[in-house]
Amino acid sequence: MMKNIRYLIIGVLFGIIMTKSEAISWFRIQEMFRFQSFHMYGIIMSAIVCGILIISLLKKLNSQTVYGEPIVFKSKDKKIKRYLLGGMVFGFGWALTGACPGPLYILLGSGYSVMIVGILSALLGTYAFGRAKEKWPNTFS
Amino acid sequence: MTDFLIESIMGPWSWYVSGPLISMIMFLLIRSGGEFGVSSTYSTACTMLGAGKQVQFFNTNWREQIGNLFFVIGAIAGGILTTKFLNDGAPLDLSLQTILDLNKLNISFKGGFAPLSIFSWEGLLTFKGFIMIVVGGFLVGFGTRWAGGCTSGHAISGLSNLQISSLIAVVGFFLGGLIITHLIFPLLF
Repeated sequence: MMKNIRYLIIGVLFGIIMTKSEAISWFRIQEMFRFQSFHMYGIIMSAIVCGILIISLLKKLNSQTVYGEPIVFKSKDKKIKRYLLGGMVFGFGWALTGACPGPLYILLGSGYSVMIVGILSALLGTYAFGRAKEKWPNTFS
Repeated sequence: MTDFLIESIMGPWSWYVSGPLISMIMFLLIRSGGEFGVSSTYSTACTMLGAGKQVQFFNTNWREQIGNLFFVIGAIAGGILTTKFLNDGAPLDLSLQTILDLNKLNISFKGGFAPLSIFSWEGLLTFKGFIMIVVGGFLVGFGTRWAGGCTSGHAISGLSNLQISSLIAVVGFFLGGLIITHLIFPLLF
């Protein structure tokens, strides 16, 4: 339970950062896809640069989790089709809703109650993918 | 000094503050034995709702994945807290060109996060609202599972770990977003 409370608190911080940075805004996402502001690119790129430093340090220092377990970094497989096509389908949804999965949730908290419908649709889309993968395993692997 | 601090927190945060803070979220999750990836919560929720009985893909142990569900519940709470208590009510500093471009599509910018003509319960019942909220949400769910991650899992976590596949996924994210913005929006509106 302590572990879950830890996740909950980190989640609260994430919700605050994403709201204050305006990264949950449909308008900011439009601005990004129209190349009319550096704001979103700055957020994503600075997060990656800091992230590269953090992960290389964690690896170099053989860091453990707070519970004393080793940290395992999973490598992803190297199939191009899945990442490119799946990525594009997500990109369609990202531009339409103006939200990636995190902001879909956070917008609900920020007063856009209709986003519960967006979240349920995403759940349905996830379920549909599971069904599709079962029926056409080669197409969706 | 205190005034400056309060003003800085209450106003919008710049990218060079927000980006590094997001990487700290990833750090905290990794140190907690988890990983930074939000889209997996939809999969976990499907499993909890019983989808594993029908579809093998969801036949996993949700108890092992429940941490990220607590994470997103916290994120919703963070959204509520920020909107109620950490907000000076200043409008979004959106670029003028974006405002003008969207005006041409009959979407007016009134300072909020999203256009209420679409992202409201009344808006949901319109054709555009249905496409953007229901179809858009569906594609987010379908695409993230196909690509195996979203902005957090691929763009931040994957690229921070120098994964080529995440780079391909991020190229896909942007291709998809550019197609909708520049080719579909002019037809839709």
